[in-house]
Amino acid sequence: MLELIVISTLNGVLFGMLLFLLSSGLTVIFSMMGVLNFAHASFYMLGAFFGYQLTRWIGFWPALVLAPLLVGAVGMAVERYGLRNTHKHGHVAELLLTFGLAFAIEEIVSMIWGKSPVDYRVPAALDFPAFSLFSTNYPAYKIFMLAVSASIFVALLVVLKRTRVGLIVQAALTHPNMVSHLGHNVGRVFMLVFGVGSALAGMAGVIAGPALVTQSDMAGLLGPILFVVIVFGGLGSLPGAFIASLVIGLVQTFGVALNGSLASAFGPLDPSLGPSVLTDIWNVTIAQIAPILPYLLLVLMLIVRPMGLLGTRET
Amino acid sequence: MIDTAISAPYVKPAGRGQNLRFYGMWVVAAISLVVLPLVFSSGGSITSFSLIGIAIVFALSYNILLGQTGLLSFGHAVYYGLGGFLAIHMMNLIVAHKWPIPLPFIPLIGGFGGLAFAVVIGWVVTKRAGTVFAMISLGIGELVGSSSLILRSVFGGESGITTDRTSLPHMFGWSFGPQIQVYYLISFWLMVSAILMYALTRTPVGRMCNAVRDNPERVEFIGYDPHVVRYLACCFAGFFAGIAGGLAAVNFEIANSAYLGAVQSGMVLFATFIGGTAQFFGPILGAILVTYLQLGLANVTTVWQLYFGIIFIGIVMFAPRGIAGLVMLHRPLIRAGTLGMMIPSYLLSLLPTLALVCGGVLAIETAARYTQSEGEGKVVHLFGMPFDSTSLTTWAIAAALIVGGFLVARITWRRVAEAWDRATTAARDRGCLA
Amino acid sequence: MTPAIEIRSVDKRFGNVSIIQDLNLSVAQGERHALIGPNGAGKSTTFNLISGYTAPSSGSVLLRGEVISGLPPYQINRRGLSRSFQVTNVFANMTVWENLRCAVLWSTGQRYAFWKNIDNLPEVRDRATQILADINLATRRDVPAGLLTYAEQRALEIGITVAGGADVILLDEPTAGMSRAETERAVALIRRLTEGRTLLIVEHDMSVVFGLADRISVLVYGQIIASGTPEEIRGNPKVREAYLGEEAA
Repeated sequence: MLELIVISTLNGVLFGMLLFLLSSGLTVIFSMMGVLNFAHASFYMLGAFFGYQLTRWIGFWPALVLAPLLVGAVGMAVERYGLRNTHKHGHVAELLLTFGLAFAIEEIVSMIWGKSPVDYRVPAALDFPAFSLFSTNYPAYKIFMLAVSASIFVALLVVLKRTRVGLIVQAALTHPNMVSHLGHNVGRVFMLVFGVGSALAGMAGVIAGPALVTQSDMAGLLGPILFVVIVFGGLGSLPGAFIASLVIGLVQTFGVALNGSLASAFGPLDPSLGPSVLTDIWNVTIAQIAPILPYLLLVLMLIVRPMGLLGTRET
Repeated sequence: MIDTAISAPYVKPAGRGQNLRFYGMWVVAAISLVVLPLVFSSGGSITSFSLIGIAIVFALSYNILLGQTGLLSFGHAVYYGLGGFLAIHMMNLIVAHKWPIPLPFIPLIGGFGGLAFAVVIGWVVTKRAGTVFAMISLGIGELVGSSSLILRSVFGGESGITTDRTSLPHMFGWSFGPQIQVYYLISFWLMVSAILMYALTRTPVGRMCNAVRDNPERVEFIGYDPHVVRYLACCFAGFFAGIAGGLAAVNFEIANSAYLGAVQSGMVLFATFIGGTAQFFGPILGAILVTYLQLGLANVTTVWQLYFGIIFIGIVMFAPRGIAGLVMLHRPLIRAGTLGMMIPSYLLSLLPTLALVCGGVLAIETAARYTQSEGEGKVVHLFGMPFDSTSLTTWAIAAALIVGGFLVARITWRRVAEAWDRATTAARDRGCLA
Repeated sequence: MTPAIEIRSVDKRFGNVSIIQDLNLSVAQGERHALIGPNGAGKSTTFNLISGYTAPSSGSVLLRGEVISGLPPYQINRRGLSRSFQVTNVFANMTVWENLRCAVLWSTGQRYAFWKNIDNLPEVRDRATQILADINLATRRDVPAGLLTYAEQRALEIGITVAGGADVILLDEPTAGMSRAETERAVALIRRLTEGRTLLIVEHDMSVVFGLADRISVLVYGQIIASGTPEEIRGNPKVREAYLGEEAA
């Protein structure tokens, strides 16, 4: 039991950090440019696939550096040639552009790499158990993922709090209109922000790919959860996104680990009742409903506090 | 900022002649629906028309949210799907208990299924508008979609629930076994739904939906609660989506989790947006186009969804008012008689643009075939010509078509823009603008 | 008689910044009351507090003796208070006619009706036609509101505000940005449309203020420093020092 809790906590925190890596980029882009990038999870997927392909050609460690840069370049191109031209048509059009982009990217990825999972392996240098907890071996690669995520946060924090660019981004989180009055080359700043945000998502993909499954539907699976995190934490709030990421990461990880159901707790229902909604709910395990737990949390949050945990901005 | 992508231009009040034309249009539409299968009587055509009918009702219901109230939803299929499932279960219950409810009433039951869910969840979902609403709709869509695999007794798991529409009590002596009878059932509900949905736009609540879309803040200061208006829009949209789901249940005699899924939600969004959200007939056009694309493209290429995405991106970037918007853009020119000024430049730009498109298609198809592992050979057959996907020549041709086509097309597009300026100025001079 | 609007000891803070401190204001029924003061004094915030756009941090706002502070704007509007906006806030994609029709809908009792055709409601049509004539935009009936000239939009803004038949009208800088001629026409329009109603108006143009108002209150740094008839205000040394300067209108 204790083992379950500790391992699940570790995994949950890891998943939460991954979600935050993704949602922080999304939040900064949204706060600065008012556009919610539906294709953000697609950039994550591109990172994983670029990472996989580059690892096959030049090895994992160069891929770790190169793949996020490539994804960042794609992001900058999307901003420069796509979003900038759609901006005049309003936020709905921008959101729809990123939606169409997400669709197209998923199709291109399945076209090039197929629809089955690809064999993106943990690099040999990291493929050993880091430590043993009770009877389970905790893989070193996951520690590596934690380390990378943590160092990126620290770097982000330093950039945000201590540099001029960071100051501008912080201001944009609450007063985006003022940023455009500041006299900076707004277009270039936007392109850079979008590129960095996308590169962050790509980085998340590169390191998560070997641990999770790298498949052409990974954007479609992770995307909605990402948006739940954003709405749950409050649109435009980085601390909110952080808390929401951890909460949802832990909830989902614990959910998957628990095999309990009402049936296991209270015994099976009378079999003569036959199949019905009651028997379905009675017999379903927590592990089976784990994928929808984030959405239940979302509905709960909407009822109780529609602006999210720490939300300040209207859309 | 005004969302020009979805907002409607104003409607001139109708004079006598316009009233006649308006009612005439509906009569013509009704007659066309009746006559269509007599003209195109092949089995495949009638099946297509049935699918299009369902898609039109679905897209029109979606536009209540998007075009009229400004609510972008990524999860509209839940109302469609729940309506479909209620219809399927009701059909099975009717057969099992021998209730005297004939088949034509089933879509209405589907409507109530969609309405019920909207009534329950709509209040919470419409608390926020804009981007947040879009994200919430996505979450609810995923919630319902995932739940459908858990509640196997209601949703039938992966295989879904089936039924037999011919076992229900007959009406007018029709068993609704043959597809043509199902088509007429769909047409009937299509006309009824379209008329009702159009009428909704002429009601006080319909007008307030537009007001909420344009300026929700101001709406509060003229005495209306925008939340209530959005909630009502959600209920109406859910009702008509449920009717579409019920029609689908009757047509396919099956309901499964795909009815509720993200792909279904995405398709109705595509259809409505590509058709144009600012005009009532926009979603109708979009539904027809998207259904034909789905039916046609899927047979011809393996990557038809990629083409969908590209077309959608193109519309969003270059024609955000959709096809209907493009049509309406030309209306002043037609009235002023200056449309002819556009024809030469349109014709001139046709060839290079076509070359660009062909190059793109060639590149995509070649890439698709090249990366494919299963054996269909490495040769792509396009435009009646074989292209070897492994040879550099094919890639060179594609590149040349794309680059060359783009460079030439750009010049011709500039001429189109100039001709457009001249034509609209002439139209304005004749007092015909908008 | 109960005052139309009464503000009692209202404070408004945004975080640590106090915009309004211990504000007290009383506007009698049927009175034309002007609220003047330097930029940043809190005049728009006061309007927002009265009309329900924000709620006071403490204190209360009363409409005809009933407490309305904390109510949402649509409920305050339904009790007979209507406001206009400093930055034109019309329904840009709808025609002038449609704008006015929406503005009269609630007061004609239509609520959320979805079974009636709006073109067949005579009361809606007549009221909207009346307002259209009053604001002199009958010739621009079918133009989308976003395409009107600035002065026409301001006229429409006022039209939407009074169309619902509210008897307490708040106008926020209605003549801002207008030429002399346009201002005079606007003032005549305001005088005509608010006949018999209570008017609270924020203005910077002193000729408008002194020509229109029965009473004037001066708001400086979130506090009312003087309140009285135009003569009293013109002669008040505190007001001269804080706001009017030596070149009083």
